[in-house]
Amino acid sequence: MDNENKPSAAARRQFLADTARMACGVGLLGLGLGLYARHARALPPAAIRPPGALPEAEFSAACIRCGMCVRDCPFDILHLAKPEEPMSTGTPYFVARQLPCEMCEDIPCVKACPTGALDHSLKDINKSKMGLAVLVDHETCLNFLGLRCDICYRVCPVIDKAITLDPQSNARTGRHTLFIPTVHSEHCTGCGKCEKACPTEVAAIKVLPLYMAKGQLSSHYRLGWVEKEKAGGSLVAPEVQHQYNMPEGMQYEHGKGLSGSSGAVPPAPTPAAPAALPKALQGSKL
Amino acid sequence: MNAILKTSPPRPGAEAVAAKGWLAAHKWLILRRCSQLGILLLFLVGPWFSLWIVKGNLNFSYTLSFLPLADPYVILQSLAARQVPEKLALIGAAIVLLFYLLVGGRAYCSWVCPVNLLTDFAYWLRVRLGIKGSAHISRPTRYWMLGMTLVAAAVSGSIAWEMLNPVSMLHRGLLFGLGLAWAVLLAVFLFDLFVMRHGWCGHLCPVGAFYSLVGKLSVLRVRLPARAACNDCMDCFAVCPEPQVIRPALKAIAGTPPMILEANCTNCGRCIDVCSKDVFAFGTRFNATVAPVTGVPQAAPK
Ligand code: SF4
Ligand code: SF4
Ligand code: SF4
Ligand code: SF4
Ligand code: SF4
Repeated sequence: MDNENKPSAAARRQFLADTARMACGVGLLGLGLGLYARHARALPPAAIRPPGALPEAEFSAACIRCGMCVRDCPFDILHLAKPEEPMSTGTPYFVARQLPCEMCEDIPCVKACPTGALDHSLKDINKSKMGLAVLVDHETCLNFLGLRCDICYRVCPVIDKAITLDPQSNARTGRHTLFIPTVHSEHCTGCGKCEKACPTEVAAIKVLPLYMAKGQLSSHYRLGWVEKEKAGGSLVAPEVQHQYNMPEGMQYEHGKGLSGSSGAVPPAPTPAAPAALPKALQGSKL
Repeated sequence: MNAILKTSPPRPGAEAVAAKGWLAAHKWLILRRCSQLGILLLFLVGPWFSLWIVKGNLNFSYTLSFLPLADPYVILQSLAARQVPEKLALIGAAIVLLFYLLVGGRAYCSWVCPVNLLTDFAYWLRVRLGIKGSAHISRPTRYWMLGMTLVAAAVSGSIAWEMLNPVSMLHRGLLFGLGLAWAVLLAVFLFDLFVMRHGWCGHLCPVGAFYSLVGKLSVLRVRLPARAACNDCMDCFAVCPEPQVIRPALKAIAGTPPMILEANCTNCGRCIDVCSKDVFAFGTRFNATVAPVTGVPQAAPK
């Protein structure tokens, strides 16, 4: 044995050189692979994960790319990413505009997942958050143009909760109402039925991954009206009654406008009229 | 074809064919191809004919909604990326681990892995085309690759190797759509054909490296009950994808019992096929103490 180690000097040097070469090669490959994998963790906006998917950073570690979810989806909406697609190869996704999630009540895709990459604690499909619908294009949405398309609203499986039609006055005509499709993130599951159904050439409403679609208020922001409701009353010092400095015999009451106590002053407007007018205009009427 | 064969030097195994007949000299090879193709077919009849005997792919599969099987190597990467899978995947991995502890770790390579069909074909073509010369990468490089994939998983926090792994590229590709995965597979094929003999499976593949670790302890072994009968034809070395594993057992180097104990033997059984002296046979790693005794009577008639 010892004799075999004799011609060591040169051989050992050769061995070390070989090892170093190999380690460098493998190391470089590893570096490339790691960067490639990190890069792929940014999910492209059109690719929506199945219901219950863990947040992307955890998902690419938990999903073993087995395709069980794909197989058990009765509507065949899921695909496994191919190597050329800009996401983790082999992970499941769907494209809402092609085939949206039908929100199966028993959620077979989640049940099929052996690893929990699709979280088994999701029991109610209405609680899933695959993404969030956003009315991305206010210029082409037919309802924004003043028509009554309403399709995204009608097809929504969580209609009236996830999506509502909020009336706004149509400034262009001055006398019509726009029914603005408005998505509520609390209830939208990101199923993509709205995006699929949008009749325009390119959908005006799109489901985006949550991280893209959802904004967040700064943590110190408070909504006054919410806080007030919570506290059951005003949070600042009691509102001080404003003192109006009026000519003699005249009085001004907030919300009602001017009134006079003598007959020389024109009578106060009928109560019906001011209610229909913005408050700011009520004074100038006189 | 025959004319070529006759004019060129006898191919390894010719002696065995003469001694045992073609079928006996190809028995394990045929069985192995049946196993590789059969397993692939079991997976394929699902998407092809909606005959769902097996669902999933080699990373995880569910057979007849009853038997979960998971690749322990991919589970290990998931753990390295700090995710603990649910029970079903863990049970599947345990079953697979136990199975390969019985039949030999790298039996995965020769009996299951679809890439082996590709690399074996590249090697066959390489010999046919008389392509000589081979790049030098040492065989233990695969263990560095194995380590690299685990580090990559830990650092990137994702199962990074799945982005490149030719094994899942091919298997998943056949079942769920290949996409550009063919390019990776073509690269492996060309590498094995032109650049390096047994390049991928014999030197680089971390999947094989992982299963070889299981194979260190596995039960089913190629034994050499008749090693004294060896006539040094070297046919086994010529056909073995990991020829370095044979010598210690065949030549009793450093008192090695007549049994291939090297972790990288793939239990392909090709050495059994091509040996005209029937030196090799499948057996278990136990009764190793009995082995020399079986060796003696073999040596006696010589
Ligand atoms: S909920 Fe139903 S339609 Fe949606 S992905 Fe899962 S299985 Fe498919
Ligand atoms: S079933 Fe789970 S682990 Fe398998 S591909 Fe789908 S999400 Fe990934
Ligand atoms: S994605 Fe669209 S259809 Fe689906 S829940 Fe959200 S708003 Fe409704
Ligand atoms: S070494 Fe890798 S590619 Fe080759 S047969 Fe084994 S697992 Fe498959
Ligand atoms: S020693 Fe025999 S069984 Fe093992 S890999 Fe080589 S040829 Fe195959």
